[in-house]
Amino acid sequence: MVDNTVAIAISMADVRAMLPELFLLAAAFTILMADLFIAQAQRSVTHWLAIASLLLTGALVWRASGDDSLARSAFGGMYIADQVAAVCKLFILGSTLLAYVYARPHLKPRGLFQGEFYTLTLFAVIGMMLLVSAGNLLSAYLGLEMLALCSYALVALNRDSPLSSEAAMKYFVLGALASGLLLYGMSMVYGATGSLDLGGIRAMSSSNLLHPDLLVFGLVFIVVGIAFKFGAAPFHAWVPDVYQGSPTGVTLFVASAPKVAAFGMAYRLLDNGFGTPALWPNWAAMLSVLAVLSLVIGNVVAIAQTNLKRMLAYSTVSHVGFLLLGIIGGGADGFAASLFYATTYSITVVAAFGLIVLLSRAGFEAEEIDDFRGLNQRSPFHAFLMLVVMASFAGVPLFVGFLAKLQVLKAVIRADALWLAIVGGLCAVVGAFYYLRVIKVMYFDKPVADAPVLGATDAGFRLVLSGNVLALIALGIFGGPLLTWCMRAVAAS
Amino acid sequence: MQATLLTIALAPLVGAIIAGFFRNQVGRRGAHIVTIAGVAVSCLLSMHVFKLIAFDGLPTYNENVYTWFEAGGYSAHVGFLVDRLTAMMMVVVTFVSLMVHVYTIGYMAEDPGYQRFFSYIALFTFSMLMLVMSNNFLQLFFGWEAVGLVSYLLIGFWFKKPSAIFANLKAFLVNRVGDFGFLLGIAAVLMYFGTLDYATVFANRLAIDGKTIELVAGHAWAVPTVICILLFIGAMGKSAQVPLHVWLPDSMEGPTPISALIHAATMVTAGIFMVARMSPLFEMSETALATVAVIGATTAFFTGLIGLVQNDIKRVVAYSTLSQLGYMTVALGVSAYSAAVFHLMTHAFFKALLFLGAGSVIMAMHHEQDMRYMGGLRKYLPVTYWTAVIGTLALVGTPLFSGFYSKDAIIVAAQSAAHHGGAAFAYAYYAVLFGVFVTALYSFRLLYLTFHGKERFVVDAQHGDAHHDDHGDDHGHHEPGHLAHAPHESPLVVTIPLVLLAIPSVAIAWFFVQPMLIGDFFAGSIFVDIRHAPLAHFAKEFHGVVAFALHGLSTLPFWLAFAGFALATYLYLFNPAMPGRIYAALRPLARVLENKYGFDDLYQALFARGSVLLGRGLWRGGDVAVIDGAIVNGSAAVVERAASIMRWMQSGYLYHYAFAMILGLIALLGAFVWIE
Repeated sequence: MVDNTVAIAISMADVRAMLPELFLLAAAFTILMADLFIAQAQRSVTHWLAIASLLLTGALVWRASGDDSLARSAFGGMYIADQVAAVCKLFILGSTLLAYVYARPHLKPRGLFQGEFYTLTLFAVIGMMLLVSAGNLLSAYLGLEMLALCSYALVALNRDSPLSSEAAMKYFVLGALASGLLLYGMSMVYGATGSLDLGGIRAMSSSNLLHPDLLVFGLVFIVVGIAFKFGAAPFHAWVPDVYQGSPTGVTLFVASAPKVAAFGMAYRLLDNGFGTPALWPNWAAMLSVLAVLSLVIGNVVAIAQTNLKRMLAYSTVSHVGFLLLGIIGGGADGFAASLFYATTYSITVVAAFGLIVLLSRAGFEAEEIDDFRGLNQRSPFHAFLMLVVMASFAGVPLFVGFLAKLQVLKAVIRADALWLAIVGGLCAVVGAFYYLRVIKVMYFDKPVADAPVLGATDAGFRLVLSGNVLALIALGIFGGPLLTWCMRAVAAS
Repeated sequence: MQATLLTIALAPLVGAIIAGFFRNQVGRRGAHIVTIAGVAVSCLLSMHVFKLIAFDGLPTYNENVYTWFEAGGYSAHVGFLVDRLTAMMMVVVTFVSLMVHVYTIGYMAEDPGYQRFFSYIALFTFSMLMLVMSNNFLQLFFGWEAVGLVSYLLIGFWFKKPSAIFANLKAFLVNRVGDFGFLLGIAAVLMYFGTLDYATVFANRLAIDGKTIELVAGHAWAVPTVICILLFIGAMGKSAQVPLHVWLPDSMEGPTPISALIHAATMVTAGIFMVARMSPLFEMSETALATVAVIGATTAFFTGLIGLVQNDIKRVVAYSTLSQLGYMTVALGVSAYSAAVFHLMTHAFFKALLFLGAGSVIMAMHHEQDMRYMGGLRKYLPVTYWTAVIGTLALVGTPLFSGFYSKDAIIVAAQSAAHHGGAAFAYAYYAVLFGVFVTALYSFRLLYLTFHGKERFVVDAQHGDAHHDDHGDDHGHHEPGHLAHAPHESPLVVTIPLVLLAIPSVAIAWFFVQPMLIGDFFAGSIFVDIRHAPLAHFAKEFHGVVAFALHGLSTLPFWLAFAGFALATYLYLFNPAMPGRIYAALRPLARVLENKYGFDDLYQALFARGSVLLGRGLWRGGDVAVIDGAIVNGSAAVVERAASIMRWMQSGYLYHYAFAMILGLIALLGAFVWIE
């Protein structure tokens, strides 16, 4: 008989293992309270406090990941602090940090530069950190909901905008539906295995179960929950509306870090929980369907878009397809390829939205692809930055996107799913079209007469953005260390 | 050692990057300072490495520096193989390059593309070093293409001149033919050896001995022959051997310093170097060697003849270069690799000297290149004159000058090959033998037309404005032979390199002929099968530098050269009306030479026009109709249709979205739970 009660006796070792999250939680509360007493004119203090807490949390994660004296599992297996979690957390923190830097000049002139943005994102980050460290279905659900609830509110940040409210409403309802499905699936899994602990589920599913069908039944719901979080087709409908409806400053955040968290969630549930040889073919086949649908729908529909944010939303769907390909490959190689894909994607997409912010200014959103017409003549350097981002998305060699796609395709081929690799390759070609179109518009089209001037941004913003984009080239050429890091993390976990 | 070698290769690259990308920041002065500093560092370190390897007995350095990629059992490396052959090439390349860099300060002084030019030639130096220092075929190919690229850029340096653009395109296309063969050769090496590392390939070379390949069904070819001929096709393109020689004379459209550096001293000898490096493979195929010898002999003799009827000073030197490359190729063909490489070295010095001298004349003549409007320049350009005399004496093979030893070695080697071998080698021997006469004739013709005789130019009275031509301009706006002011000697930055190049043109052979040709200087770098002993006869005749020079006075080549000298002296110095009469009498022959045997016209008509027609046909039939019409626009239409349908599905209604999710869930459940 499996012991169904989770005995929690908090010890000092547990607290130490979870120190980064606890620190960030304390910091978030401090900022929440402090923000009340900060005048609007001094709102930058909140900004810097939030950035400082992210940096410190990152440092704690970094230190903890190298400290062998710390427990790798805490709170009775609820919380896991392995290398995969560390990599995910560092990129979640990093891309959130970038999102902060890029969001400020966009939020400020629109009256959205409020403390809520920071506290909500910080709580969402805590949720993501819990999610990628989850060792138990309950803690996974807890982290997921924490992220989701904060995201709903963030999307509605600009509550005077009907578009924002509508997007938030849709997101919330669909999110609630997905969350319900996930919870239902979890209960089925519990029913089948008698365990909520992911390690326990894995152990039980290898033994003779009374109702093995029940486990697969629950697995379908769990896969749907993961697919919703990723935004994989056909569970992607919220993605374009949310990306377009949210203020760009929020899209920056919603589009980047949660993708890494979603990978963490997939890794925890599918590998740690259902990674047995018997179950792998089931979820791999399910994901294959979702991946192909995402690749086709994402790439094809993106072609028809004229709004850059919407185009990037569909492009996200297609990238999720790619990311899923790696997970389908399974094993250490596959998950490492996907982890590499997710982390590099998060910093690429944040740069893309950062460039949109750069071109926007008060009363004007540079959201249409046509707004980028002739950018090269107005600002060659920024056109070049956009070129790099688009080329990286398209998977052009020399840029990191190429390396990421290559790793994923290698993993799929190794898993004997050649047809998936072919579909992925073909879809990447289709996808190149709309990325190249942006480049064409920037370099070969004449700017419209009343071309918008570049938005007012400070030197720090431009410096970070340039560094961010140049990192895409650097990682494309010298991506070895990050790739090795991802591989080691997955192999060690 | 690795750090030293990396510095040698990368120092010019750094200079090129600074001069190229930051040209506005560093300015003209900064551009030449950084590039010259980079090349000077390379040159000094190369000499140091040469000393270590050649004299201090340091073993051959062969290490991989960086792994570029690994794919399916094959790993591509950046690595250096530095033996005596490489070390010698490094010194030659960097030294000539350094001289040319300094010279350029004077030659390009008024050019608006000053920084760009320095950036290119420094980049060239880097590429050439990568080529010679490589320890594998892939990096060799990288350097091979990189020097080709820079050559293309520099021939078209004055890109506003249509003739320059024509010339660089021609060079590019003709080299594609050669590179295609070269690449196939490299692919064949990879196919049979599974690796591209020189050392491994050479160590396992016997593995392909006796193997055959059926390129055309029913005809078996020996694998070594196929590989070597393919590789040699690459060398033919780069080293401008008949019939791929047509690009080199046209490359004279580029500025003169690069004609000296790229199209005389270094890049065009890459093919020679490559074949010498591949000597272990070439030694396995008599057929390939005979082919090499015939091609080289044809180039050596027949392109020399064209040089007789050229009036453009640079073109004469260019045809002379072709002819000398032919000599080196003949040496390769008769297995006298060390003689080829030795001639490569001496030729690099004296031909660079001649080119730079020609450039100095051109500067003095305000960019007039037609020798018919020169003459009597001796008294205006004393330094240029004397250095040109030295270069000419070296080129024609005057005893005691460097060129004498290297050229004589080739002729003697060809003679002994002809003695032992078949008709191909006999042909090669007579071609190089009578080539000596031709060489002397055109060389002294150039010297006399330029520096001696009557002044055939007029100095216009109007002084005042020191008018200089803008290089990029069309020079047609002033009448030929009319100068704004009298020619004057070039500045020190031009004459010092001339003098510094004149020294090795005279003396380099004194120190190296013994070890390189007779001793075992190249042991380990160059492999000669025991069946061949190309230089045994030469070694027998050689008893010291001076003794051999004296011995040379009694040999046939010397008297042939002397005959050329005497004929040129009579025709161009004492009886200047005579050449015109001869020309009229031999009109049909002269026309053949002026048309360069019709190669250019043939290629123009057959390949250029043919490919334009083919291209147009494919464009109309294949591109517009099938690819654009059916495939591109057709698939685009399908995608567009699909996109609009899917966009319609993204209706914006929440219940549609939720419905899609539920449908997805049910489909998954259906597929994985109920059906199974």
